Amino acid sequence: MIPAKFDYERAGSVDEALTMLAQHGDSAKILAGGHSLIPAMKLRLNQPGVLIDIGRIKELRYIKDGGDHVAIGAGATHDDILNSDHFGGGLEMWTEAAGMIGDPQVRHKGTLGGSIAHADPAADWPAVLLASDATIVVKGSGGQREIASSDFFTGFYMTDLQDGELILEIRVPKPPAGSKSSYQKFMQPASRFAIVGCAAVITMDGGSCSRARVGMTGVADGPYRATNVEDALTGKSLDEGAVESACADAAEGQSVMSDHFASEGYREHLARVYAKRAVMAAS
Amino acid sequence: MSVRIQVTINGQSREAEVEPRTLLVDFLREHLQLTGTHVGCDTSSCGACNILIDGQSAKSCTMLAAQVDGSEIITVEGLAQNGNLHPIQEGFKEEHGLQCGFCTPGMMMTAVDLLNHNPDPSESEIRHALEGNFCRCTGYHNIVRSVQYAAKKIRESKKEAVA
Repeated sequence: MIPAKFDYERAGSVDEALTMLAQHGDSAKILAGGHSLIPAMKLRLNQPGVLIDIGRIKELRYIKDGGDHVAIGAGATHDDILNSDHFGGGLEMWTEAAGMIGDPQVRHKGTLGGSIAHADPAADWPAVLLASDATIVVKGSGGQREIASSDFFTGFYMTDLQDGELILEIRVPKPPAGSKSSYQKFMQPASRFAIVGCAAVITMDGGSCSRARVGMTGVADGPYRATNVEDALTGKSLDEGAVESACADAAEGQSVMSDHFASEGYREHLARVYAKRAVMAAS
Repeated sequence: MSVRIQVTINGQSREAEVEPRTLLVDFLREHLQLTGTHVGCDTSSCGACNILIDGQSAKSCTMLAAQVDGSEIITVEGLAQNGNLHPIQEGFKEEHGLQCGFCTPGMMMTAVDLLNHNPDPSESEIRHALEGNFCRCTGYHNIVRSVQYAAKKIRESKKEAVA
């Protein structure tokens, strides 16, 4: 399979990429690792006129401690995240999720920024970003802005990213002391995309849960925070029975997807099961 | 539009003009006649097209030739040195790690990447490292043994070199 024709430009810096984006308007697409975009272009689902390659921009590839948060450059690969030692203290799910994406070769090339810009409804990172209350820093001709992950993912392959904007960084607040996290997924065996995935961050205070964040992916046409599950967990001592009942409506209010991998009813079931597994592993 | 690229492939510098949409695997197979790298699923699942780019295994069906400008690439053709099989090639031969052989080049490139970073992998580590390579003949059992054979051989040759 060969993509439709396009022009290729390589940007050496963020500013250069933004200038190229402004110049080409909506005919341009950003190429980072290419592991979401190139498959879509081979299927001709995407036919950009120009590709702007940001894969060599070193200033976008980093993971660093920002004090109260971990800052991840948009160009950090899944493998960079997997091998980073910045994800302790309640952020363990970042390492766990990174190791479950695709396979070693996909992890070597695919980037965090590319994955969230693509916003595949079965991708792993959106659930992790939502459960982390992460902020996405983007820059366009109008300047730089910060988007809460709950506002960033707007639907089926849809984000709040505007024409001419580039993702620079993902900021992950460090969760309160006493937090643990986990990412659990039921994966499609060939592609390893999530049929259902759940990221949970649980904070315990004494014997009860003082704070819960539960992000779901794969279930509906976009990722979401299961706030009903979070509310039902808060204030409880998290024995198995309490977690099971709190996770019973993990797919409530969502337009649940149905495809040849899993029917609507089966996905609802998996949402309950994987929410419970993630919360149990994080508590 | 065409893009001028320079790559070092199996130790040899090559320059070419390519269309931007030229996939890396097609550049290797069609432009350079390095047909040892195979196209299997063409969707970055099966790993038949795996090669090493700057020492890291990658799926050449999901990259553009333009992206590897300036890189160092090793394909299966670059494994044997001076007519001697690479230990991983020897392992696949000795342990019957292939039947039809279609997945074998990709399997070997992934295994080389693993052994470069982990010279003494456990069986579980080998199986996890091969998760992006599909074989429809062997059931993987002999492939794992082939990688173990190569790991042992490389470790022993390093010991000899030190002694």
